Amino acid sequence: MNYELIPLFVAIPLGSAFLVSLLGKRLKGFSDAFSNLATFSLFSLSLLSVPVIGRLRILVYKVGGWIAPIGICMVLDSLTIFMLITVNLIAFLITIYSISYMERYTAKWKFYTLFLLMLAGMNGVIVTGDMFNLFVFLEIASISSYSLVAFGVEHEELEASFKYMVMGSLASSFILLGIAILYSHTSSLNMADISRILVERGSGEILFFVSALFIMGFGLKAALVPFHAWLPDAHPSAPAPISAMLSGLLIKALGVYALARIFFNVFGMSAISSSILMVLGIASMVLGGLLALGQDDIKRLYAYSSISQIGYVFLGIGMGTNLGILAGLFHLFNHATFKSLLFLNSGSVEYATGTRDLRKMGGLSSRMPVTGYSSLVGSMSISGIPPLAGFWSKLLIILSAIEAKHFIFASIAVLISILTLAYYLRVQRLAFFGELKESMRGIREVPLPMRVSMISLSIICLFGGLLLIPAIGKNFLNLATEVLVNGNKYAQVVFGSMK
Amino acid sequence: MIYLMCLFLFCIGVYCILVKRNIIKIIVGIGIVEYAINLFFILVGYRLRGRAPILAQDQVIQNMVDPLPQALVLTAIVIGLAVTALIVAIAIRLYERYGTFDVTKIRRLRG
Repeated sequence: MNYELIPLFVAIPLGSAFLVSLLGKRLKGFSDAFSNLATFSLFSLSLLSVPVIGRLRILVYKVGGWIAPIGICMVLDSLTIFMLITVNLIAFLITIYSISYMERYTAKWKFYTLFLLMLAGMNGVIVTGDMFNLFVFLEIASISSYSLVAFGVEHEELEASFKYMVMGSLASSFILLGIAILYSHTSSLNMADISRILVERGSGEILFFVSALFIMGFGLKAALVPFHAWLPDAHPSAPAPISAMLSGLLIKALGVYALARIFFNVFGMSAISSSILMVLGIASMVLGGLLALGQDDIKRLYAYSSISQIGYVFLGIGMGTNLGILAGLFHLFNHATFKSLLFLNSGSVEYATGTRDLRKMGGLSSRMPVTGYSSLVGSMSISGIPPLAGFWSKLLIILSAIEAKHFIFASIAVLISILTLAYYLRVQRLAFFGELKESMRGIREVPLPMRVSMISLSIICLFGGLLLIPAIGKNFLNLATEVLVNGNKYAQVVFGSMK
Repeated sequence: MIYLMCLFLFCIGVYCILVKRNIIKIIVGIGIVEYAINLFFILVGYRLRGRAPILAQDQVIQNMVDPLPQALVLTAIVIGLAVTALIVAIAIRLYERYGTFDVTKIRRLRG
């Protein structure tokens, strides 16, 4: 494993998207097999690079052999690896799930093409070390997600997709404007170079304007609260594997990761931006939680809960302390697993019963034990019941808030955690326990591939807490935290590795 | 002066997206925003009386415009084209389903 392998993270999904669109229509079963192969190889590639990064800390690939400030470079450090594993693990499990689930739709190969393109965009955003390249990959991921939201071409899907697209393209415009202003100030597009120049010259007032533009743009992609309106429409309207992908990964790769990378490593975290991120996080937490309480559509409820949980991630990362960032990243990983699990559960329920309305369900656990119990695990994990993974990350976030003397934020986080438990218990009671409705007598458990991916995700939820033990999670979680804590030293590290 | 006009164009686009009720006008608004930013990006690399950045033999480098923003804007335009094509396709499908272009009448999702 050396630096020549870095472009594969983008090249594998891009190339397989091309092949699937070319051959998928003619050869039956090709798109299933090939997409699963592609996501599996991506996942194993990211696992393989963990020990290498643990030893070398950073790998830089220079595209076309150009030296860094001139050419584009791709950077593989511990934070990148952390995100890559999260993204590719979930993507692999979701492609397994889609084998059976997407039978309900026509043109499965189109789904896989768009799915792989979205994956290419996300992996690209994560590995790139260049501002404009980040924008290009961000647009690849966003455009394919716009069309995946509209995949069913019914009334609601089209409406949601239109709304998402208008807000998404406005967000991209803000990001591009931010990049243009940043370029005019530093005359460089390389992240490490920008960071170096900003340190040399001092930041100045232009940085505030650029930060505001980026918070608007990436905040819209991450569905932070004043910019969240598109998410509860777009995520439930998509097919279930895509809802899982959007809620579990897209808002994190495009929103949280990009914001964290730019604010910590390029700009250097200041007290103002830290408090802005924390306040936005608290606002998302509270509003998302309160709105989720009143939902009857199971996927819509999960979507509001995503907004609320992203608030936790931002609270943790925004704190900027060592423990806070660790907790935020850990919660990001946990949220990716349990929220995809929950969305896959809702997809299974819809697959078996044909409805998403909580009031029409009841007693499903007796008929669909795998879906019922894996959803129980997911719900308990997200609402923070010990010993599940979600408990540890929430505990760490609250502890780090207390450590940083943000007592009000800590108490709000505890309250919202109780609220989360309330609305997830409501889902469990209405959908999976209680009396089996007469109309639901004939339902059956979902096919094997869907069960496999749900069971593996619930196992990760059960044992995710083990990552906190240094012996297991050292190369994974702690090193990723180190990258963000180091802040502006990022430039020296990147340039140092290129010599 | 010309920067201010860029800002003005940007504001027109945002106004168009926020206020107009017709889907097609909203799409035009997105286009205007995109072009305002592209224009701004080109202006960033422009020098007064600069010449084209072509490096021929035995030529002194003086007062060239910055070629990098031009390349970037070209990419941004292509991305903008993809977004516009997709959004127009969605708009056509929306018209088929709802029989109207009025966003206030396309309201099945709420909460």
